[in-house]
Amino acid sequence: MSTTTKSKSVLWDWLTTVDHKKIGVMYLIAGTLFFVKAGVMALFMRIQLMYPEMNFLSGQTFNEFITMHGTIMLFLAATPLLFAFMNFIVPLQIGARDVAFPFVNALGFWIFFFGGFLLSLSWFFGGGPDAGWTAYVPLSSRDYAGLGLDFYVLGLQVSGIGTLVSAINFLVTIVNMRAPGMTMMRLPLFVWTTFISSTLILFAFTPLAAGLALLMLDRLFEAQYFITDMGGNVVLWQHIFWIFGHPEVYILVLPAFGIISEVIPAFSRKRLFGYTAMVFATMLIAFLGFMVWAHHMFTVGMGPIANSIFAIATMTIAVPTGIKVFNWLFTMWGGKITFNTAMLFASSFVPTFVLGGVTGVMLAMAPVDHLYHDTYFVVAHFHYIIVGGIVLALFAGVFYWYPKMFGHKLNEGLGKLFFWVFFIGFHLTFFVQHLLGLMGMPRRVYTFLGDQGLDTFNFISTIGTFFMSAAIIILVINVIYSAFKGERVGADPWDARTLEWATAHPLPEYNFAQTPQVRSLDPLFYEKIHGDGKMKPAEPLQDIHMPNGSILPFIMSVGLFISGFGFIMFNMENPILPPIVVAVGGLAITFICMIVRSVKEDHGYHIPVEEIKAKEVN
Amino acid sequence: MADNLSQPFSKSAMTEEEKVQFQREKKQQVVAFVLMIFLTLLAFLAVAADFLPVMFVIPFILLLALVQFVLQMFYFMHLKDNDHGWANAFIWSGVFIAIPTIAALMLLLGITKY
Repeated sequence: MSTTTKSKSVLWDWLTTVDHKKIGVMYLIAGTLFFVKAGVMALFMRIQLMYPEMNFLSGQTFNEFITMHGTIMLFLAATPLLFAFMNFIVPLQIGARDVAFPFVNALGFWIFFFGGFLLSLSWFFGGGPDAGWTAYVPLSSRDYAGLGLDFYVLGLQVSGIGTLVSAINFLVTIVNMRAPGMTMMRLPLFVWTTFISSTLILFAFTPLAAGLALLMLDRLFEAQYFITDMGGNVVLWQHIFWIFGHPEVYILVLPAFGIISEVIPAFSRKRLFGYTAMVFATMLIAFLGFMVWAHHMFTVGMGPIANSIFAIATMTIAVPTGIKVFNWLFTMWGGKITFNTAMLFASSFVPTFVLGGVTGVMLAMAPVDHLYHDTYFVVAHFHYIIVGGIVLALFAGVFYWYPKMFGHKLNEGLGKLFFWVFFIGFHLTFFVQHLLGLMGMPRRVYTFLGDQGLDTFNFISTIGTFFMSAAIIILVINVIYSAFKGERVGADPWDARTLEWATAHPLPEYNFAQTPQVRSLDPLFYEKIHGDGKMKPAEPLQDIHMPNGSILPFIMSVGLFISGFGFIMFNMENPILPPIVVAVGGLAITFICMIVRSVKEDHGYHIPVEEIKAKEVN
Repeated sequence: MADNLSQPFSKSAMTEEEKVQFQREKKQQVVAFVLMIFLTLLAFLAVAADFLPVMFVIPFILLLALVQFVLQMFYFMHLKDNDHGWANAFIWSGVFIAIPTIAALMLLLGITKY
């Protein structure tokens, strides 16, 4: 009986859960915490740059903040926040009961979480990493960077494993767990982008892991891959990093495209324009994303031929991206548009992202890039992509899927206030940075001299940051307010199109009592028009087989965390324990858990038909 | 019902034909495994033996690596099987992306020394 498995405490329930919905919520919470942490660092950095020659932060602290801001935002905020939606929504959208490997899903979350924890511990051991989020090598070698960089290397290695296993899990889920009739060309766009983004993770996080392993060997065991004195090559690190780093942009932005492609049709009351073109544009972007990494390195001195090839390849990406932008516009064209908060975010995403794309094409021109390189123009460009693209899409997703995840809507009035404050703050902060860059302000500097024409725009930029911070506070107020006073809604509050809105309310742990039969793209909307508004079942009502929870993913991740810390201890002045003991001991914990998992048989449990019937009545 | 599923099956669910197929596959995998160990030994010996010229050893071990790669892909990653369409698609797209990437990386870094 399922009731016997639920007698444990709430905390134990969440620590051991393998339910994709709970893991999605945990990703959401952890990602938000890291997002706020990195946001506060950004706020502090902007305050330091508010006036010329400020002394709010020291240069060293500024470097640590700038490194941790980038690292956390990309690896520990944006990725997990997207994973939150992928975990929660993808199995629902394809009509599955769970992901393919629920245990591995929990493992992925906990490894990511402890990897991030390890990275954050650096503050207690002499300060964070300070070589920039790219950790370019002479700067990040043992000669120039301290213990913080070891936390960077090991923390990212550990959390990278988590990302990788989760991505493989999504791939297998989408290939194998689709409901009957849900062909690949009927997948909702969010599922498609999750699929392609997971493929990118599979191919891009492996070079990252290799690069970090080489850097670790250099730093901890005196190898010489990147030491020029010993015949190493510093440019090799840049290549390896960007072979990962450029696809990483698409890993993040493609699911954001997916969210936009869900929200815009839902609130335009039209099907997505050019579905097939959208799918193939996504694939093309992913493929081209791998072939353009060297455009980050135009100024390295690769020569005119290499620069031209990579410049042209980079500009080519604008073509499939343009296809997507026009398809969103055509979806809205002639639609019956509802401008609620989710749609405000989704529709403002389109022009904002285009602005980022335009500066992207500007930066892709190799000769002109010599002027833009390492100025605030680059900072403005990638913040338009990452904040104006990914973060706006994430907020659209939050407001769109909040009723499915928590059973009530977020307050619309506060939501719209939040949107306008954030949107204005965002453009105030980053638009003027284009101008700062064109005026020649270099990036990654902790201060600047007065009366060089940089004062006004830096001041405006900082004011924008205050707006964005205020907006986040409004969002927090909204979440708390809505938890008590929010509008309680049913299973399908938006009159939406896709399968996740066909589940019962409140969402049961098995998602679908009977696997649905999919008859079209936008299956729920098809049933609303051609059927009785409910999905046809593809199987009789029967007992549902569910996996048991397990504490093993948690312990395995703790093992990896201990092991990572042990490796860092190699560079510590006076380690309390011999580092090798800690490193091997941590790995031993993980391996013992793996053996336990392999040997111990766990058949899960069954939910009887009567219990399902009782739940489905609501 | 719940209890039945927890029991191990008394006899194999595979048909006789599948069993034969399974045995054949097992034999192939063992042979491939032994062959791969042999190839690794060969590569090691080629490097360890001082009398072989470097210009012979490098192409030779690269060739051995290629053979190993093919064996690995076809016999252990199931590239030869018909019902592994998705796995094949992923392996080939990986190859499709890796070859130009590695080629470009080598060209950009300049192969001046081995």
